[in-house]
Amino acid sequence: MTFDVAVVLVPFIFALLISMLYRFISKKYIGWLVTAVSLVLFIILTTYIPRISNGEIITFTHEWIPSLGINFTTYLDGLSLMFSLLITGVGSLVGLYSIFYLSKSEQLYHFYCYLLLFMGAMLGVVLSDNILVLYGFWEMTSVSSFLLIAFWHHRKASRAGARKSMLITVAGGISMLAGFLMLYEMSGTLSIREIIEKAGLIRESALFVPALVLVLLGAFTKSAQFPFYIWLPDAMEAPTPVSAYLHSATMVKAGIYLVARFTPVFGNEAAWFWLVTGVGLFTLFWGSFNAVKQVDLKAMLAFSTVSQLGLIMSLLGMGSVAIYLGHSSETVIYTQAAFAAIFHLINHSTFKGALFMMVGILDHELGTRDLRRLGGLMYFMPLTFTIALIGCLSMAGLPPFNGFLSKEMFFAATLHIQDLSILSLDHIGFLIPLVAWIASVFTFVYCLIIVGKTFFGKVKTHLLDKHPHEAPVGMLISPYILIILVVGIFFFPNLLGRYVLNPAMASIFPMFPSAEELAPTIHAWHGFFSPELWMTILAVVAGIFLYSLLKSWKAIYRILPYHLSLNALFNNGILWSESLSARFTRRYMTGNLTDYFVYIFVAFLLVVGGYFLYGDVFSWSPVNPESLDVFEAILMVIIMVSSIGILFAKSRITIVFLTSVLGYSVAFFFIVFRAPDLALTQLVVESVSTVLFLLCFRHLPEIKRGVQSKWKEARNLVISLAMGATVTMAGLAALHYEKFKTISEYYNDSYLLAGGKNIVNTILGDFRAFDTMLEVVVLFIAGLGVYTLIKLKAKGGGQNEN
Amino acid sequence: MEQLMMVLIGILVSVATYLILSRNMIRVIIGTAVLSHAVNLLIMAVGGLKKGNVPLIGHEEEPFTDALPQALILTAIVISFATTALLLVLAYRTYKTSGSDDFKELRGMPDE
Repeated sequence: MTFDVAVVLVPFIFALLISMLYRFISKKYIGWLVTAVSLVLFIILTTYIPRISNGEIITFTHEWIPSLGINFTTYLDGLSLMFSLLITGVGSLVGLYSIFYLSKSEQLYHFYCYLLLFMGAMLGVVLSDNILVLYGFWEMTSVSSFLLIAFWHHRKASRAGARKSMLITVAGGISMLAGFLMLYEMSGTLSIREIIEKAGLIRESALFVPALVLVLLGAFTKSAQFPFYIWLPDAMEAPTPVSAYLHSATMVKAGIYLVARFTPVFGNEAAWFWLVTGVGLFTLFWGSFNAVKQVDLKAMLAFSTVSQLGLIMSLLGMGSVAIYLGHSSETVIYTQAAFAAIFHLINHSTFKGALFMMVGILDHELGTRDLRRLGGLMYFMPLTFTIALIGCLSMAGLPPFNGFLSKEMFFAATLHIQDLSILSLDHIGFLIPLVAWIASVFTFVYCLIIVGKTFFGKVKTHLLDKHPHEAPVGMLISPYILIILVVGIFFFPNLLGRYVLNPAMASIFPMFPSAEELAPTIHAWHGFFSPELWMTILAVVAGIFLYSLLKSWKAIYRILPYHLSLNALFNNGILWSESLSARFTRRYMTGNLTDYFVYIFVAFLLVVGGYFLYGDVFSWSPVNPESLDVFEAILMVIIMVSSIGILFAKSRITIVFLTSVLGYSVAFFFIVFRAPDLALTQLVVESVSTVLFLLCFRHLPEIKRGVQSKWKEARNLVISLAMGATVTMAGLAALHYEKFKTISEYYNDSYLLAGGKNIVNTILGDFRAFDTMLEVVVLFIAGLGVYTLIKLKAKGGGQNEN
Repeated sequence: MEQLMMVLIGILVSVATYLILSRNMIRVIIGTAVLSHAVNLLIMAVGGLKKGNVPLIGHEEEPFTDALPQALILTAIVISFATTALLLVLAYRTYKTSGSDDFKELRGMPDE
């Protein structure tokens, strides 16, 4: 057992411990315990940095279901290390923050138990090498996220948000599972490493593109890409530490991780580039565009997360061009897009985590996060203001913060991609930097709104529940650590680049020779004439311009009516599918026995009759007239007439009479066919049945035909005739089945074998006595049933009938 | 001979199906009884008719007619008798409790 396995298991163990031993842990310390656990994990993981950055890869396999190839294999390389550092690092900060954020009256045990479950599941996702194990952890993140979003489950909005996120992410997870199974089918292995090695082979398969699309669906739903982002704003009903952790820094990046991890497998397909880049860019634009209209700070941050995830996604798509083109000195430049992606991923986690915590502080200290009630808080909450300012400026991509570096690299990547003449980019290539630029203008606008509307302007004390004051120190520690990182990464980006990002690059491009060549040195200054600098400057200018005229153009958000929004479509879709299935079920589950019989008969006709019609198995040989004698012919006519007569009989006594005639004729048939025992039994049984019918009829009313509509009568007639025809056809075909001889010769020795001369009776009593025993049991049970039905009083006042 | 039996069985099955599809409880039960006759004759017929003597060693000469279908039918007769009896009593009880022998009236609540 190595440390990296323990890293995955420890959160689960502690989650179990908390749920078992919560009585013995004081609520005061439980948050500290969780913080300590994640901090220890973080420190353990940092000790791997030197080894991983030297290109080492640490794996450990624990056999779980070896017969199916499902093993718990951890795989620690640059990419998984980067993600696990993020998960545990932000995890410990969030743990610390939540100690001060959540009141002691909350159900803290549940909260921390879910949080640890989530952390373990997330570590499992990034450390698993086996795709099925990865899927298992993936769904576990969905479930624990569901639990955390609905933490305040007495609120309707929390439950609705949790349900929505569960539906969307699990739907994506299942399509991802289908994609994984296709990958297994193509490559014959469940291990990601081996799948990557067989990437060339997989590419030949017909399942390649379906698998690509399905895996991407999983990634897009989890990472809130268009049009699946709608769950993320609703998930803001969760406590703010959860939003900061799950919905900005970790879970929503699971999809990014998946895309990065599978880039070596799918990257050589143009569809991958188009889907990932296209969806990413549109999400980037759409998220930033919609963030501007929000009035709730958390919703605004949610849309901004959506938009930034789109940015990262599109960069990963652009990075895959390098794989598409194959390794050469010219293509290395496109790998920088992927580098920018993972760089921005880390930057986003730092500033977005800090911003969420900042909003949490406002919510906690003022009781609101509605922009319309906030304003002028700069003098009351200078420390919180600092967090907001630094976080927002970094998010907007301004120096001296880390967002600037990755935003510049993003612009550079879009400009490089534009030059590419393949992938039919020559016509629409110019759109990529354009969309990126427009999105960053909107990003700048909503960053200005967050800072401007909250901390500048007039104080609206009359709208606030509490007098504004600075937050307690404990709540400020975590965001401050994050914004120190925001600034720190700006000044020392290459430290992060060399130890964390370069090894991660090696995981995304394993077929490329050296990571040093791929990963650029990060420069803050590209020179005065670099186009990306001017894109940033223009974005700032346009952003300030738009912000100052905000009131005059806000009307464009009303162009799209609510009933056409994605949320409305989703809700209506749910309602529609519910009512449709209810209507459908009500339509065929009528509660009327006759209808169910119709279904059964029609199904029989379709299967059996269809087989005989289309199976070419029907055969017919003419009747040999010599085999027929008069007596049999008379019997047949009697049976025919009496059975058809039942249909037309009006009085019950006629029906009983005709039924008995039918039964006795069958008994005579048994005599003709040389079956004395059968004839005997049939005669006795028929007599008893007739008596029973008569007894029963005495207590029942005269049989009504139960008038049915003409249409139903016709339907019944057609079904009946078809049933008869089918059975006749099947019987006739069976007559000509000559493949096996009968086994009855064996029973003809019954005297020798069993000491009986009546062969039928020896079969019943000796050779196949088991049947007879159970038949007796049937008779016994039926007798008991009859007795019970007659003797016992029915519930609800039915009188006792003797 | 067997071919004619098959046609007869087909007629019995048609009658039985038609009875089962009616709304009246007793007619449905009679339908199942007719159906069981049809099935018994079918088992008999596919085993071959009149291919030998009565399967009693000593009384008759070989070849005997096939004894196995006879044993199967004997079992089937008893079982169908048991179920018919139970169904009849059930119908009686249902009628006493609910006052109806019409399936259309006996269906459950609309929102069930």
